[in-house]
Amino acid sequence: MKRAPAFVAGAIFGLGLVLSGMTNPSRIAAFLDVGGAWDPSLALVMIGAIGVFAIAYRVIARRARTLGGEALHLPTTRYVDGSLLAGAAVFGVGWGLAGYCPGPALVSAAAGALPAIVFVAAMIAGMAIAGKRPG
Amino acid sequence: MSVVTPLIGGFLIGLSASIALAFDGRIAGISGVLGRLVFGGDGRGFRLAFVAGLVAVGVIAAEIAPSALGARIAPLPVIAVAGVLVGWGTRAANGCTSGHGVCGVARLSPRSIVAVITFMLTGAATVAIVRLAGGWS
Repeated sequence: MKRAPAFVAGAIFGLGLVLSGMTNPSRIAAFLDVGGAWDPSLALVMIGAIGVFAIAYRVIARRARTLGGEALHLPTTRYVDGSLLAGAAVFGVGWGLAGYCPGPALVSAAAGALPAIVFVAAMIAGMAIAGKRPG
Repeated sequence: MSVVTPLIGGFLIGLSASIALAFDGRIAGISGVLGRLVFGGDGRGFRLAFVAGLVAVGVIAAEIAPSALGARIAPLPVIAVAGVLVGWGTRAANGCTSGHGVCGVARLSPRSIVAVITFMLTGAATVAIVRLAGGWS
């Protein structure tokens, strides 16, 4: 049962995405369409998630250990470089074009939505092209 | 436009990220979880279980809430190109909306804050250009 918390975390994450509207590409497009028929409500997804995790992170980071007493695996890179900027810029273009980011795309693909299945296959190909391990 | 469900959905995503860090010591960033699961990396057991949870919800959602899964907003070839861009971009940037947008910003990581501002700007610009060009139809 060592993997139960990770499975539950994945399921809660997926439920959060479905409930919030993140799995609906037209909601994403409306959220990004600041100069058009802008629907800012999805900002609340980020605000809610950041609010909860900011508190949990501070508590857990102070312990510097998991509940099971193991070390945390936190990103250590602090500086901004060209790879970060180029990657984020290109990711944003793809996000705006399809209305999918990786999490909602995975959930929608698992639900059998053909565009999401195409997107996830292409995304994995794009990851292979980038060639380095994500953090 | 609903306000309650995005907020509750956000709380759940924050709770999920908290569970991942508390029990496995890991950041719940989907591009990293998926990328390392497919291309290799440490923490395979965590990544496999987390993705299994996400997939399980997708399968159930297709049955009980199909309307939550919206229609495509662009032709399939464009979706495919977008997928490649998202895959390449999230790997080059080491994160996406979850790893940078939620976890990184909550940790006040300068890299994540810069990444979020960048992908929000290019995402908004892309949607604006598609709209001004008359859409895909």
